[in-house]
Amino acid sequence: MKIDIILAGVGGQGILSIAAIVGAAAIEKGLYLKQAETHGMSQRGGAVVSNLRIADYPVSSDLIPLGGADVILSVEPMESLRYLPYLTKNGWLVTNSTTFENIPDYPDFTEIEKEINKLPHAVLLDADKIAKELGNPRGSNMVMLGAASPFLHFSDQEMEKAIENIFRRKGQDVVDLNINAYKAGRAVSDKLIKVD
Amino acid sequence: MSRNLLLGVEAIGQGAIDGGISGVYAYPGTPSTEITEYIQINPEAVRRNIHRQWSSNEKTAYEAALGMSYAGKRALVCMKHVGLNVAADPFMNSCVTGVHGGLVLAVADDPSMHSSQNEQDSRFFGKFGMVPVLEPSDQQEAYDMVYEGFELSEKLQLPVILRITTRLAHSRSGVVNRPVKPENNLKLPGNPKQFLLLPAFARKYYQGLLGKQSEMLQLSEKAVWNRYLDNPDKSLGIICCGIAYNYLMENYVGQECPYPVVKVSQYPMPEAMIKKLETSCDEILVLEEGFPLVEEQLSDYFGKGKKILGRLSGALPRAGELNPDHVARALGREVKSSFQVPGVVANRPPALCQGCGHQDVYYALNVAIEEIGRGRVFSDIGCYTLGALQPYNSIDTCVDMGASVTMAKGAADAGLIPSFAVIGDSTFTHSGITGLIDCVNENTNVTVIILDNEAVAMTGGQESSAKGKIEDICAGVGVEPQHIRLVVPLKKNHDEMVRVISEEMNHPGVSVIIARRPCIQKIARDKREKAREKEA
Repeated sequence: MKIDIILAGVGGQGILSIAAIVGAAAIEKGLYLKQAETHGMSQRGGAVVSNLRIADYPVSSDLIPLGGADVILSVEPMESLRYLPYLTKNGWLVTNSTTFENIPDYPDFTEIEKEINKLPHAVLLDADKIAKELGNPRGSNMVMLGAASPFLHFSDQEMEKAIENIFRRKGQDVVDLNINAYKAGRAVSDKLIKVD
Repeated sequence: MSRNLLLGVEAIGQGAIDGGISGVYAYPGTPSTEITEYIQINPEAVRRNIHRQWSSNEKTAYEAALGMSYAGKRALVCMKHVGLNVAADPFMNSCVTGVHGGLVLAVADDPSMHSSQNEQDSRFFGKFGMVPVLEPSDQQEAYDMVYEGFELSEKLQLPVILRITTRLAHSRSGVVNRPVKPENNLKLPGNPKQFLLLPAFARKYYQGLLGKQSEMLQLSEKAVWNRYLDNPDKSLGIICCGIAYNYLMENYVGQECPYPVVKVSQYPMPEAMIKKLETSCDEILVLEEGFPLVEEQLSDYFGKGKKILGRLSGALPRAGELNPDHVARALGREVKSSFQVPGVVANRPPALCQGCGHQDVYYALNVAIEEIGRGRVFSDIGCYTLGALQPYNSIDTCVDMGASVTMAKGAADAGLIPSFAVIGDSTFTHSGITGLIDCVNENTNVTVIILDNEAVAMTGGQESSAKGKIEDICAGVGVEPQHIRLVVPLKKNHDEMVRVISEEMNHPGVSVIIARRPCIQKIARDKREKAREKEA
């Protein structure tokens, strides 16, 4: 068993918080993992990516080979497309629809949406809106994690436990807020997959 | 055994703590920064009060580490690849003096130049200094190599280089810790003249260094990190250095690599293993991250020997970071993508943060120099280098730490007057002060703008050794007090900044303008840290 995940976003959006939770769930389950991150200059509002690789055997490369990612999980829609050559033929692209526009030539969103809809397996959701409605505007990354969760081969209990482990020191309220955000994201994908 | 999920850099920090260091010395630089940061907040390091403050630059860091080694204790010194250029003088000479307490130099290279000015390969420094180089293939090896590196250093009485690259530095994996070793006791070197490189002594010690080469080679042959893996298909033999080993294995998940492999993680290269590979196989493929150091060494100048494939032969790209796909192509395997990057995707380069004070300085500078024209702003290494990009287009150069001041001086000497230097506070204390003294000594017509955000910002907001000292430093080296000006880079002060820059630009001598406003990321980071301390 192996899961290769590309996590994408813009420096400062906190994609590593998602990686930390999936990583914690993997370690808890006794799985092997490698997770390559972007540090340094790009963190200043540039495109950032993390390669998260989980397997029940020791993982060799820190980087996912081309055409090898099972999931692209992006917290920004244009960034989700940047790593498409890494997505396997039957892989899922799961992305937030809220744009982060810090460049002068940011494309029209409908153009981005068109490209996402061309893909055989894609989930596009407004995680920022969902998080706000839950009264947890900073929880959009957890909404995204929930939306990607059907493709990550962890049970809800395993994921929720990992969320708890990561946020415990911030108090039970914060844990609950994040678990709710996760569940809301999961519900979006569950509905989509059923329609499929 | 419990595995801790550690970045490569964190594994190095943990390995050093467990390996019995008494101090870490470093200047921040991507991708090496987090080694020191990890040690700074590690409870065991805090309990033992391991030295863990930042140094002013890599040279001072290396020399302090050497001093700790002189006193018999173990020291780790960390830097990025270009930092070793700054520390090259003490490094090269420490290879001749040798060490007393174990000294490990952790140097992080940045192939593909994710956050750097070049992609030089620090393994060359190992060859240059004739000391061992350890190159881990994964996080566990990084831990183990530091943990055991101090003993290797003490055994050979030489500094040992641990060379990593960005990918391993910033990738996380499970690491198993080993028992904590005690620190060494304070003790003077057995030979009181060991660190006295007067020519007569230096000649003797250099012979000693030459004499250690065969022992170093023997240690490489026996090193657990160097391995010969025999496999049936002798049409090709593969040499994998450091992390390249993983990229090879990625191409054979769930199966054996059909070709014999030599895994190299300790240099000098294990000669016997490599000779055996050459004898057994028809061709040799060298997979190495960085420059073609091994490939060039094995390649026959006249092309009469066996074919050596690698970055020089064209089997792999000459520049940039390796990855599993480059290795797959070198092995003649197909690399498939089902999807392409759509044309709609635009580049998203890094940018100055919204609300950053550097922006305000650049907007004012652009107005002030409008009348004199472009091509006169020499700058330096830091966040503010992004001032070269849209919408600022304010700076014309970025070469190495401190070069803004000295290049502005040289250009002014050539007649390009006025010339500007734009340098950050931490870069100024790293390598800018000496250049400023040169300017003062000749009363050169330069205007030095020090962007003082009271942090080493680009690497994550470390404490700047310049904090609270810049005016005194400038006055102390002889800049006239009336030409040391302070501005606060805020939108509302735009007109004042333009006026100050214009005035100093027209002063026919050395001027320093200090633009002081704390880094907004640093403020946020300090707040988060305080909150975390409160929770704890």
